[in-house]
Amino acid sequence: MPPLGILLPSLVNGLLTGGVYALVALGLTLIYGVLHIVNFAHGSLLMLAMFGTWLLCTEAGFDPYAALPVMVAAMFAMGWALYRGVIGPVAAGAGGGVRQDRAILLATLGVAVVLDNFALVLFTGDTRTIDTPYAFDVVPVGGMLISLPRLISFGVALLLALALWAFMTRTDAGRAIRAVAREPDGARLMGIRPERIFALAYGIGIACLGAAACLLLPVFYVSPSVGNSFVLVSFTIVVLGGMGSFPGAVIGGLLIGVTESLGGLLLGESLGPIGISTVFIAVLLLRPTGLFGAAR
Amino acid sequence: MLEVRGLSKRFGGLQAVRDVDLDVAAGSITALIGPNGAGKTTSFAMIAGFIRPDAGRVALEGRAITALRPDRIAAHGLVRTFQITQPFGGLSVAENIRIGAFLHVAEPAAAMAAARAIGTRLGLGPLLDRPAASLTVAGRKRLELARALATQPRLLLLDEVMAGLNPAEIGEIVGLIREIRTAGVTILLIEHIMQAVASLAERVYVLAEGALIATGSPREIAENPAVIEAYLGHGAAARLARTHSSPFDQAAPHG
Amino acid sequence: MPLVVLAGIVLAALPFLGGSQYLATIGLLTAASALVGQGWNLAGGFGGLTSFGSVMFFGIGAYTAAIIQTRWGINPWFGLPAGAALGGLAGAVVGFAAFRAGLRGSYFALVTLAFAEVFHVLSNSLALTGAGLGITLRLAPGLGNFQFLDRRASYAVMLALLVLATALAHWLRASRFGARLVALRENEDAAQALGIDIVRTKTLAFALSGAVIATAGVVYTQTYLYIDPSIAFSVERSVEMLLVAMIGGPGTVWGPILGAIGLHLVADTAQAWIALPGFAAMLYGVVLLAVIRLLPDGIAGMFRRA
Repeated sequence: MPPLGILLPSLVNGLLTGGVYALVALGLTLIYGVLHIVNFAHGSLLMLAMFGTWLLCTEAGFDPYAALPVMVAAMFAMGWALYRGVIGPVAAGAGGGVRQDRAILLATLGVAVVLDNFALVLFTGDTRTIDTPYAFDVVPVGGMLISLPRLISFGVALLLALALWAFMTRTDAGRAIRAVAREPDGARLMGIRPERIFALAYGIGIACLGAAACLLLPVFYVSPSVGNSFVLVSFTIVVLGGMGSFPGAVIGGLLIGVTESLGGLLLGESLGPIGISTVFIAVLLLRPTGLFGAAR
Repeated sequence: MLEVRGLSKRFGGLQAVRDVDLDVAAGSITALIGPNGAGKTTSFAMIAGFIRPDAGRVALEGRAITALRPDRIAAHGLVRTFQITQPFGGLSVAENIRIGAFLHVAEPAAAMAAARAIGTRLGLGPLLDRPAASLTVAGRKRLELARALATQPRLLLLDEVMAGLNPAEIGEIVGLIREIRTAGVTILLIEHIMQAVASLAERVYVLAEGALIATGSPREIAENPAVIEAYLGHGAAARLARTHSSPFDQAAPHG
Repeated sequence: MPLVVLAGIVLAALPFLGGSQYLATIGLLTAASALVGQGWNLAGGFGGLTSFGSVMFFGIGAYTAAIIQTRWGINPWFGLPAGAALGGLAGAVVGFAAFRAGLRGSYFALVTLAFAEVFHVLSNSLALTGAGLGITLRLAPGLGNFQFLDRRASYAVMLALLVLATALAHWLRASRFGARLVALRENEDAAQALGIDIVRTKTLAFALSGAVIATAGVVYTQTYLYIDPSIAFSVERSVEMLLVAMIGGPGTVWGPILGAIGLHLVADTAQAWIALPGFAAMLYGVVLLAVIRLLPDGIAGMFRRA
């Protein structure tokens, strides 16, 4: 067991990263909860958002945090278009049931493959970062030095999660989305067009990635394959918290952030990542409804 | 042949099936009837192993089958059909039936021959090489029956094989069910078409709101006030007694 | 159909004529894709078990071959049966766990991906697998050593395995086991009501799939004489298998072969056209999307309808 002086900062760091993970997972769980599709392109879309942010920062001189509203809007449009152009038509063309489930899963995989390799063509496989004046600023908290950008990311991520929750529960659009999630046919009778709501929900789910990208970039790198590492992480969070559960995604995000950080510390650099996969497999095999989810 | 005791199931706040006892004599046709939502299909699902009961036990020819999986139960000779037909959509009609035949015939060609024979017997002859997905409702019902029959069951659970059919088609299915019984297969069926029940079943069980409310011959059931009330609402028995007709003279509402 | 078979035989024999190492390499790569695609197809096509992590079997085969000869001095040819056995075992264990838990569709896809990642991480950490450095074989060409300087020999081995795998698919399509597997794909409730053991049937199919894919990994190691974690367990290769089967026609005997040829035609043409890294792979994704939308039964389905 490492001494507390190393363990505690590692724990805090994991928690802070977990906040951003939670935001990524919220988008995924929203898409699952409303559309009942497993969005395998989630990691790749995050990668795309990170490259978008990187371009804004390096080419247009944006501060990453100032780029946040721009990226949220851009990724919302991206998600909307992707649903309208690819996922919706595939879902409509595949009939129903098992076949449809598989067609949509493979379509999101296809989107991921296209995006990953499109980025490879455009940006090559190099790892890229941005320079900010505050990248190495720290704040002392209880005897620990905590990275300022991580702290900001954590706070903003939780605020955005709260804002999303408020949107879903307090606005007409949010209520319409939840109505469609529960009763697509009933919602249709009330004059809500499910196809528009699906596109809206997918757009919002992807917009979360725009925000997450801006919060990640000051402390993280971007490369065409960076999405791969987020795919398993975000799915682990979502199944841990219960597919479709909002509070589950937030708590799951924090738990997985800590798991990853402690896994790296206790098991070492190369064996550490096994923690995430193991948690994922264990949850799916032993408790597929997650810690907080109802039966699926 | 089949002995069900104290079968119960609760879904959330709803007691779907409550303490149901049921006996099916070997070689008989027994019917399970009741209004929509009475728990008939849930009872079938529990007997056939698709839903685990909260309480109660099921025995087939004296052997306990309560905790078994559906495929094990099918291997013991109890096979069900589905109210909402479940064809293997991508396969031909004959291939669908062959899946049933494979339960006791391992050799593919022999299983196919058996499947085609059963399909032909059930009037699917000209459709055997069509995709199952292309069948009409009547065709799908026959396919359900043929597939189950191909497993060489000793007890067949038929869940509304006549729903959605026209009178001529119902007449044909009634004839087929009689033939199946004559061939030595015991039958337990859920049905809404009361004329069919009356002409087929020797014994009828009536479920309402999850519990058994009556049992007896079709005649006895048709005259049982509790049954009439369950179907047509409170006070109906008295009204009907005045007009000398019974709800079983017409088909009950579908669902 | 006989014409197609004849064309196939001619195409398969082409790399042996002349003596072009280039042609043999193309043949080897195409046959390798077809082999892993055929392996994936046994479970993913016939059984609808969409795995996103079947590269785990490839990696297991590749490491089995490398480990038995470098660590234990066993003859490399033994790698083929040993790799197939371990690949099959892994398929049985992963499949049994997943199917017993009732995982289907997307959940099954994700859990296989996670298992592949576990193998990736383990091979990157264990001393037995040489951790991040991987394992390099000692160069010792010779038939007895399962090492060939001539690519045509490697191609011949891969081709032989492909023929075996295709024969297996052919048997599967005609057998009771295969019919039951297809029935499960089409409708699980109905299949179970008719006496089919879901867990057993699916587990066996996934084990078969694992055994076949593992043999491709063995030949990889013997051809390139080197294996490391990122080659052995790359997500891209999982996607390739799935793609080959989906493009060619999932659940058909000849689909994966058609798919592999189609895919390599696309890839090689693209490479010649725009030689940027990622461009060919990007087209893979486009092809996958197009197939899902326009050709749900793949190239083989196109023939059947015609």
